[in-house]
Amino acid sequence: MAVEIQIKEDVVRAYLSGEIDHHSAAQIRETIDESIIQAAPAELILDFARVTFMDSSGIGLVMGRFRLMQETGGKVILQNLPAPLRKVMKLAGLDKLAEIQ
Amino acid sequence: MKAINTMRLCFDSRSANESFARTAVAAFLCGLDPTVEELTDVKTAVSEAVTNCIVHGYREKIDKVYITANIYSDNRIVIKIKDKGCGIEDVKKAMEPLFTTAPEEERAGLGFAVMESLMDKVKVFSQPQKGTTVVLEKRIVSKGENNVHNSRE
Repeated sequence: MAVEIQIKEDVVRAYLSGEIDHHSAAQIRETIDESIIQAAPAELILDFARVTFMDSSGIGLVMGRFRLMQETGGKVILQNLPAPLRKVMKLAGLDKLAEIQ
Repeated sequence: MKAINTMRLCFDSRSANESFARTAVAAFLCGLDPTVEELTDVKTAVSEAVTNCIVHGYREKIDKVYITANIYSDNRIVIKIKDKGCGIEDVKKAMEPLFTTAPEEERAGLGFAVMESLMDKVKVFSQPQKGTTVVLEKRIVSKGENNVHNSRE
């Protein structure tokens, strides 16, 4: 599991890849949060194009980042969700919480 | 009904083994020729149950997680995931969506909800201080329904 961060003006983009589970989520969380604290962005874009597996740890990850962004009035956008991930996200009602593109 | 194929796994409750466990069960399931979606559903449900053993059952202490899986001739797989950890006082409450005892870990409290939506049946047996067993069941429809030449009886 890896996460690549791009910061441009007030947008943080996090490109996730590999498998998101309880084991990998902690490190992803740490990396993303560091960049949020550093950049205080208006938008956090999470890109899932290269994610091959995700369980409910991924839901926790999105919900946690959503809360963090809410503190500063920023928004979270979920991008390029593969079909199986979309299924899990919808089940958790995350499509109502964050914008899915 | 008698199982036509069985397997048994035992591994340390390390979070690195979550990936091993779901991949091993998925490889075993391949004998039923599942669709990619069915395979992902089972992998995800197993990942949830194993994570529960590690995070909740053993509270991150290292002990053993046990998995047995049986395949039956009507294309069903039954997977038992067991820990000898702290157990669940109120199973009904634990299965409620969004209920979690580990919010600081950013657990969404959706593990059982995910298992129930992806599998045909989910049963939970638990005794405080003795441990928890989760039984997951799913019928793999791809082969049985679409290939009339495939007879396992």
